[in-house]
Amino acid sequence: MTNGLLGKKLGMTQVFDPKGRLVPVTLIQAGPCYVLQVKTVATDGYNAIRLGFDTKREKSTNKPDQGLIDKVNEAVKAQEGADSGGEDAAGRKGRREKTPVLPPLRYIREIRVNDPSNYHVGQRISADIFQIGEKVDVIGTSKGRGFQGPYKRHHSKPGPETHGSMYHRRPGSMGGSSWPSRVFPGKPLAGHMGNHRSTTLNLQVVQTDPENNLIAVKGSVPGHVNAFVIIRKNIRSRKG
Amino acid sequence: MGTKVLREYEVKQLRRDLPDFRPGDTVRVSVKIVEGDKERIQDFEGTCIRKRGSGLSQTFTVRRVSYGVGMERTFPLHSPVIEKITVVRRGKVRRARLYYLRELRGKKARITEDREAAYGKSESAAPADATAATPAETVTAAADAASE
Repeated sequence: MTNGLLGKKLGMTQVFDPKGRLVPVTLIQAGPCYVLQVKTVATDGYNAIRLGFDTKREKSTNKPDQGLIDKVNEAVKAQEGADSGGEDAAGRKGRREKTPVLPPLRYIREIRVNDPSNYHVGQRISADIFQIGEKVDVIGTSKGRGFQGPYKRHHSKPGPETHGSMYHRRPGSMGGSSWPSRVFPGKPLAGHMGNHRSTTLNLQVVQTDPENNLIAVKGSVPGHVNAFVIIRKNIRSRKG
Repeated sequence: MGTKVLREYEVKQLRRDLPDFRPGDTVRVSVKIVEGDKERIQDFEGTCIRKRGSGLSQTFTVRRVSYGVGMERTFPLHSPVIEKITVVRRGKVRRARLYYLRELRGKKARITEDREAAYGKSESAAPADATAATPAETVTAAADAASE
């Protein structure tokens, strides 16, 4: 199956592990996602599937998005017509029969896959690809914090608060004057903080609820509650 | 929507088999202890001096003095490690946090028993409540029917 899918951060809570210890977890709504497009080396130069997650109203859908979903639904219908001959395995057929006509989807992202022939447009991908104990990475958009000073943004050390220091949260020296006569790139300065793509690696899956497409991972994940995230099998421990 | 799912997920894990008790009560907590592959039950009896938090993260602290040494254990209320909780004695206290007991020894550290504790008499109180609630419900239902 895929190495990942799309989901939504539902918030943090805690659960008891089998030994009775409290474990802090983030609950993630992991899927169901639908394959909207299969990209192959032959057609696109690389192998990937385009996934969609979470529905939105037709009213708030623009024409390109609507066109994409129409195309997907057409392909699904065509497949169903071809399948009615019924030489497919029973399980596969059952799954295709259940594929509903898709509404427009809100969150659309690509996931790289090794073998695109395993996927077909309209295919449903749900949380059962994750097992308890497995390590996953969660990619999201971190909480936006606006314009922040170097103290908060880069964890610079603050100056003394008392003894008349008058130097509390300032950025410090910009560098040499006559040489190099410029500020080196990477100097920790104030600026916009947060609201950027962020990945948390090596999160352990503590509980899964495939029926409701929920997974609980140990620790925190980027972003606010109800933020969209990409969940993928840990990039370091992945086989092959 | 997210918070609703989250709450349901938490509620599923809550234990409903535990008695109602409050700070001041003397409770016996039966704790499951795993030694190697064997499991046994150990009782920890003492005064509940604190209950804090809500939902899944609720904890309580039990204080006992054994061989002159004060000992406090904090348990997550909904922990599967707790086999059962027995309320040994209801105490009458005027605080929610009984930290003052830490400074007291012997006779001064006593808590008067609350003989009329209205809460937690699960066997006797619950059916009484149920019977009280049922007629009221039928009355309102009848009133609704009449108004229609």
